[in-house]
Amino acid sequence: MPLLTSPCGEGRGGVTQGSLTLTQSFIAIPIPDPSPQRGGGKQSHLTIAGISLVADLHGALFWEDQSLLVVSDLHLEKGSSFAARGVLLPPYDTVATLSRLAAVIARHDPRMVIALGDSFHDRTAHERLSSPDRAAIAALQARRDWIWICGNHDPALPSDLGGVVASEVAIGPISFRHEPTGAAGEIAGHLHPKARVTTRGRSMERRCFACDGERAVMPAFGAYTGGLSIRDAAFAKIFGTPGFIAHVLGDHRLHSIAASRCY
Amino acid sequence: MDALLPDRFLGWFAARGWTPREHQLALLGKARQDRSALLIAPTGAGKTLAGFLPTLVELSIGRAPSSPLPLWERSTPEGRRERGEPRVQSPVAYPSPQLSPTREEGAHSAHSYVVSTGRGVQRSRGLHTLYISPLKALAVDIARNLETPIAQMGLPIKVETRTGDTPVSRRQRQRRYPPDILLTTPEQLALLLSSDDAPFLFSSLKRIVLDELHALVTSKRGDLLSLDLARLWKLAPQVRAIGLSATVAEPDSLARFLVPQRDGHSEAADIVVAGGAAPPLVEMLDSRERLPWAGHTARHALGEIYDLIKRNKTSLVFVNTRSQAEMLFQDLWRMNDDNLAIALHHGSLDVGQRRKVEDAMAAGKLRGVVCTSSLDLGVDWGDVDLVINIGAPKGASRLMQRIGRANHRIDEASRAVLVPANRFEVLECRVAIDAVAENAQDTPPLRSGALDVLAQHVLGCACGEPFLTDELFAEVRTAAPYAALTRTDFDDVVDFVATGGYALKSYERFARIKQDSAGRWRVANPKIRQSYRLNVGTIVEEPMLKVRLVRSRGGSGSTGALGRGGRMLGEIEEAFIEGLVLGDTFVFGGEVVRYEHLSEDQVYVSRANDSDAKVPSYMGGKFPLSTYLAERVRNLLDDKRAWNALPDQVRDWLSLQKDFSRVPGVRELLIETFPRANKHYLVCYPFEGRLAHQTLGMLLTRRMERAKMRPLGFVANEYALAVWGLGDMSFMIRHGKLDLAALFDPDMLGDDLEAWLAESALMKRMFRTAAVISGLIARRFTGEEKSRRQVLFSTDLVYDVLRKHQGDHVLLRAARADAATGLLDLKRLGDMLSRIQGRIVHRELEHVSPLAVPVMLEIGRESVYGEASDELLAEAADELVREATS
Repeated sequence: MPLLTSPCGEGRGGVTQGSLTLTQSFIAIPIPDPSPQRGGGKQSHLTIAGISLVADLHGALFWEDQSLLVVSDLHLEKGSSFAARGVLLPPYDTVATLSRLAAVIARHDPRMVIALGDSFHDRTAHERLSSPDRAAIAALQARRDWIWICGNHDPALPSDLGGVVASEVAIGPISFRHEPTGAAGEIAGHLHPKARVTTRGRSMERRCFACDGERAVMPAFGAYTGGLSIRDAAFAKIFGTPGFIAHVLGDHRLHSIAASRCY
Repeated sequence: MDALLPDRFLGWFAARGWTPREHQLALLGKARQDRSALLIAPTGAGKTLAGFLPTLVELSIGRAPSSPLPLWERSTPEGRRERGEPRVQSPVAYPSPQLSPTREEGAHSAHSYVVSTGRGVQRSRGLHTLYISPLKALAVDIARNLETPIAQMGLPIKVETRTGDTPVSRRQRQRRYPPDILLTTPEQLALLLSSDDAPFLFSSLKRIVLDELHALVTSKRGDLLSLDLARLWKLAPQVRAIGLSATVAEPDSLARFLVPQRDGHSEAADIVVAGGAAPPLVEMLDSRERLPWAGHTARHALGEIYDLIKRNKTSLVFVNTRSQAEMLFQDLWRMNDDNLAIALHHGSLDVGQRRKVEDAMAAGKLRGVVCTSSLDLGVDWGDVDLVINIGAPKGASRLMQRIGRANHRIDEASRAVLVPANRFEVLECRVAIDAVAENAQDTPPLRSGALDVLAQHVLGCACGEPFLTDELFAEVRTAAPYAALTRTDFDDVVDFVATGGYALKSYERFARIKQDSAGRWRVANPKIRQSYRLNVGTIVEEPMLKVRLVRSRGGSGSTGALGRGGRMLGEIEEAFIEGLVLGDTFVFGGEVVRYEHLSEDQVYVSRANDSDAKVPSYMGGKFPLSTYLAERVRNLLDDKRAWNALPDQVRDWLSLQKDFSRVPGVRELLIETFPRANKHYLVCYPFEGRLAHQTLGMLLTRRMERAKMRPLGFVANEYALAVWGLGDMSFMIRHGKLDLAALFDPDMLGDDLEAWLAESALMKRMFRTAAVISGLIARRFTGEEKSRRQVLFSTDLVYDVLRKHQGDHVLLRAARADAATGLLDLKRLGDMLSRIQGRIVHRELEHVSPLAVPVMLEIGRESVYGEASDELLAEAADELVREATS
C-alpha cells in the first residue's frame, strides 16, 4: 500500500520557503495496478478512469484501496471574509464545516486526506482561524497524511497549518488538482457543481458530483459554499457534450441523473 | 372665533358650486386645536383635499396659528404684521407654471418669499408639510391635483415630489431649499432622515399627511414609517399628523399610529369619520350555468362576465392571482366579437405597459381592465361604473375597498357584481355581501413592529446624527408598533447592527457602527452609509426574472445560439420558471409563450402557436380568507334557514352533505374519514385559510407518520384539508388506536413545529427576507451593479448554520415572528386548535362526502392545468361527484 512518505517526511518537506509554502510542488505517487472496479452498480460508487471511489453523501470521495479521502472547496473562514467587507455573516461556518469533515473522517478513517483547493476562503483566512478551530484541524491531521492542494482562493499556505502543500497530486491514473482542465483521470473542484431537478412541477436543488467516467468535478464541502448549475457553460467545456452524469447528494442516497435532465 | 376657511377658500369653493364637506371642516378644526387626526372616509369623499386643507390655509395665511413665527417672517419687514392677518400675495407674482412640481433648479430664488437672512445666505421658509403615499404614482398624481386649487386661488405655495425617479440635482436642491409641501414615499423619507441635513430640513415641519394609511400599516413598510415618524417627532415636536384611511375594523388602534406613545400610556389621534356615502350595490352573479365544484377560474360564467362588460361603460374586473388574470384576459379576448377595448393589468407586467393601461383608462378609452390587487390602490378614475370581483372575496374590508374603486363620487352608489368560481365561493360571496351591507370590517389588527425593520432603522440613524442607546430606545418606543419593545430586543438589535449580534464575539474589528467616548453610536465608515442608502426599504421581492420575447429556434434540445435582446414582456417569479422544463408553454402578458432558455436573470420565451398552455398553478393569492368571513361562512352553514338565500345547486349540495355526513357546526371541527382507490382519506374543515391549513397538513402528517398511519400526502384549500395515506384511519379510530383529540392537540405547535421549521423552505424564505431588510446582506451593491444571482453565498446555507449554532439569534426571532402571521399563519392555526378542543366530531364514511369533493379535486392540481388537464379534471370530478351523490 503506497503511502505518502517521501515528500513530507515530517509533515512538510522541502517545499516550504519562509513561512509560506510554494504552490509549484507536484506530488506523484505510483500504484501497482488500477484496482478492479468494485461494487458495480452500487449507487454510492463513482468510477473514474477505471478506479472505483465511494461517493460520500456529505460530498467527499473515498478511495478505499488507497485509504484516501478527498474533499474540495472547504472555504474555511468565508464568514469572516465577508465580515471584513461589512457583511456580518454568522461566524460559525468554519466550525460547521470542520465538524462535518470530522464526521466524514470518522466514518472512513482514511490514512490520507486531500483537501482539493480553496480550503480557505481568502489568502489571509488561515490567520483568522480561532484556536479551537486550529486545534480541530490538527486533531483531524493526527495519524494521517494530509495534503492541502492550492486553489485560486488560497494559492499559498503557511507551514504551521500542518500537512503538505501541493499544486497537484497524481496517484496512479488519477490526478488531483483544484481547477479542472478536462484531462482524463482528473478529479477537481473549483466549480461547486449543483443540479436542479424538476419532476411533476416540483423542483429541488442539491449539490452533486459531475462525472463522465473519465473525470469528475467534486461538490463544494464548505458550509457557506453555494453552487454553479451543471448546465453552465463551464461544465460543457470540461465534459464536452452534456453526456455526463450528475450524482446528486440526496438525504439518504446518491441520485445519478443525466446532466441533460437537470437545470 | 375666526371662520375655519378664509374667504379666498370659501370663494374658491363657491365658484365651483361646492360647499366644504363636514369632515373637511372638522379636520381644519382639529388643526386649529393643534391636534393630530385620523380621517376615515370612503373613496370619493374628497379625502385628499381634506388632508391638505389645513396646510393650504396655514400657508395662505403665512403661518400656523399656534406656532411661533417662522424664521422667514421674523427677518422680513412684513414680519410686524398682526398674527392671523392674511399675508396677501399677488397672484401675478406666483403664476401657476412657477408652482409646478416639475420646475427645475434655480427658479426658487425668483420667489419673493425666499428672503435674505441678512448674511447673504438664502433660505426659504422651510418645509411645512410632508405627504407620504404608498405609491409613487399616487404622489405624482396628488401633486398634479393639488396644483389646481393652488393655482386657482393664487396661493404662494410650492409643491414638489420626491421619488426614486427624481433627478439627483433636484434632490440635492430640495434638501437645501425645500418646497412648502413635499410629496414622497416611506423609503424616500427614511433616506432623508438618514442624511446630515435632516435636522435642518425637518425642524420647520408642521404637518404630515399619511395617505392610504390602512394599506401602509399592514406591512413592514408601516413599521418603517412608524419609526420615521418617531424620528420626526423628535426633530420637529410641533408636527401634527393627518392620517387618511379607508374604513377599518379598529380605528382606535390605527389612530395611535399618528401620535407619539408615552411609556405605559396609549395616546391616540382624534378620529374624524366622513359620513354620507351611499351604500354600495353589490350582488352575486346568478349564473345560468352549472356551478363548478372546485377551481378558481370562473370559466363557467365567461359569457356572463363578457355581457356585464358589454353592458357597462367601464368595468374593473378583479381576480386574485396573476395567472387568473392572464387566463381570464385570454378567454375574454377569444370571445370578444365586439372588439371591446379590454386591457390587462398586474404587478408582473412591464411598468411601461402598466402605465399605458392606466393612461388609457384615465382617458376613458377602455371598456374593461382585468386586474389583480395591483389596482387595489392608486390613482382615482372617476369613470369606472362597475367592479366585477371574480372568485373569493377573501375579506369584507378588502372587498369594500375594491368596490370603492367604482364610481368615485360619494353620493352615488358604487356597483359591484361578485362571481363565485365554485360552490364554496358562493357561500363566501353570500356572507361577504351581508358584511358589506352591515359595513362590517375585518382589517387586520395593528402589527407589532418587526425587529429586522428596526435594525435597518438603527443603521439609518447611525448614518445621520450619532445617537445614544438610551435616547434612541425611548424614541423608538414612541412609535405605536414598537411601544411594547423590550430593552433586551432593542439591545440585541443594536448589537446585531454593530457586530452581527453573535454569541461568538469575533467581529469587533469589523463593526459597522461604533461608539465614541461619549457613548454615541456612529457609522464606522462612509461605505456603510452608502450601502445603507442603496438598500433602504422593506419590500423584498420574490426573486424575479425578466421575460424576453425572442424568435423560436424550433425543435427541442438544440443549444444553439438564441437571438439576444428581444422585447421585454415583464417579470416572472424565479420559482415558477424553476418548475418548468424547456419547451413548456405558459401564458404571460396575454400571450401563450414557450420557455426557450434561461440565462442569468433573463428568461427567453418565444411565441407559441398552441392555444393551450401550462399555466402557473393556482397559488391562491397573497391573502387568505379572513377569520371574520370564515366565521360567517360557518354560521351560514349552521343556519339551515339561511340556505334559502343560496342558489339551488348550492342548497342541494349542502342538503346532500347533511344527509350523507354532517354539516359542520359553528364551533366544531368536522373530520371525515373514508377509503378511496386503495387509500384512506381524512378530510377536516377548519375554515382557517389555505396557509394555516398547509401548516396544519405539514404537522399532521408528521404525527401520523409517527402513529404508523403511513400518510402519503395532503392538500389544502381555504376551507378544508385532506390527508391521505395507506393506514386505515377509520379502522384505527373505531378501535381506539387513533385518538383524534390527541392528533389535533395544540401541542403540535411545540416540538413538531420546531422539527419542521428546521427544514422548511418557507422558513428559509422568511429568513432571507429578514436578512435583507435588516441589512445583513445587500440587495444592491456599491460600485458596479450586480444581480442577485451573483451573490456568492446562499442565505439558506447561512440559515442552516445559524440555526444550529445560535438558535435564538435576533434574525431567527424576526423570521419566526413573520412566520406566526405570514406564510405559516401559526397564530391562526393555534387559535383554531384551541377553539376546537373537545369539539371534534368524527364521521366514518363509506366514500367521499359532497363537502369533501372540492378539496379532493385539488389533489394533483399542482402539476397539471390548462385545457387538456381541465378535461382530465372534469372526468375526475364527475367520478367523484357520482360517488359523493350515490
